Amino acid sequence: MTYLTDRKRAVGAGASHTGTAHHWFMTTSSVALAVMLPVWLYLFGAAIGGTRDQVVAAFANPFTAILTALVLVVSMRHFAKGSAVMVEDYAHGTARKAGLIFVSALAAVIATTGLYALIRIAL
Amino acid sequence: MAEATGSSKRVERPLSPHLQIYRVQMTSVSSILTRITGHALMVGVILAVWWLLAAAVSEPYFALANAVMTSWFGKLVMTGSLWAVWYHYLAGLRHLLFDARIGLEIQTAERLGWACILGSVALTALTLVIV
Repeated sequence: MTYLTDRKRAVGAGASHTGTAHHWFMTTSSVALAVMLPVWLYLFGAAIGGTRDQVVAAFANPFTAILTALVLVVSMRHFAKGSAVMVEDYAHGTARKAGLIFVSALAAVIATTGLYALIRIAL
Repeated sequence: MAEATGSSKRVERPLSPHLQIYRVQMTSVSSILTRITGHALMVGVILAVWWLLAAAVSEPYFALANAVMTSWFGKLVMTGSLWAVWYHYLAGLRHLLFDARIGLEIQTAERLGWACILGSVALTALTLVIV
């Protein structure tokens, strides 16, 4: 026991069991979204209401396509991890496991669907 | 201990303050609004991604998705999502300030909560004017 360091004894003992990795991910993804969203909101808002040709042309633009892909992937991971905390707060046992799988799957389906649409439009 | 007469009967203990009896505070309201807006945004995200998918797939499919998107329902969802994203945005910035140990005094935290609410309304109006 004396050979164990203080750090070794402390790791995993906190309520989250995973240290600060989750918090740090939410921090980095929130900074990324804070930079990208104002520009993306403008581009997306401008595209709403157009004809199909106009919408396809807007998202075929390389900058818009890459930015939309980044916003999709980062925001859906941000959602999945943020929502997981809510599930962990309110649900227990099997409901918690099912909820965690659900929010993760929902985020993956939305991000993948959006990327598929982007690829069909931009390529 | 004094009330615990029966060994099998559970003692009615006072509960710690919970939502129904706790005084409404800006700090708690602004915190729960962050969670609510974050989750509510999924409605707008699903509508937007469906609309984009429809644009990628075919003309008739886009006509349907675009009709929903530009209907009163679509406009309601998009305007609501716009406010939600700006609120969540400002609340997120506030969290970055808190992480940097800025604004943790109660009065400052309450002011920042009001800044999130009023700021999000202002930014929503500004976005609607620009776009």
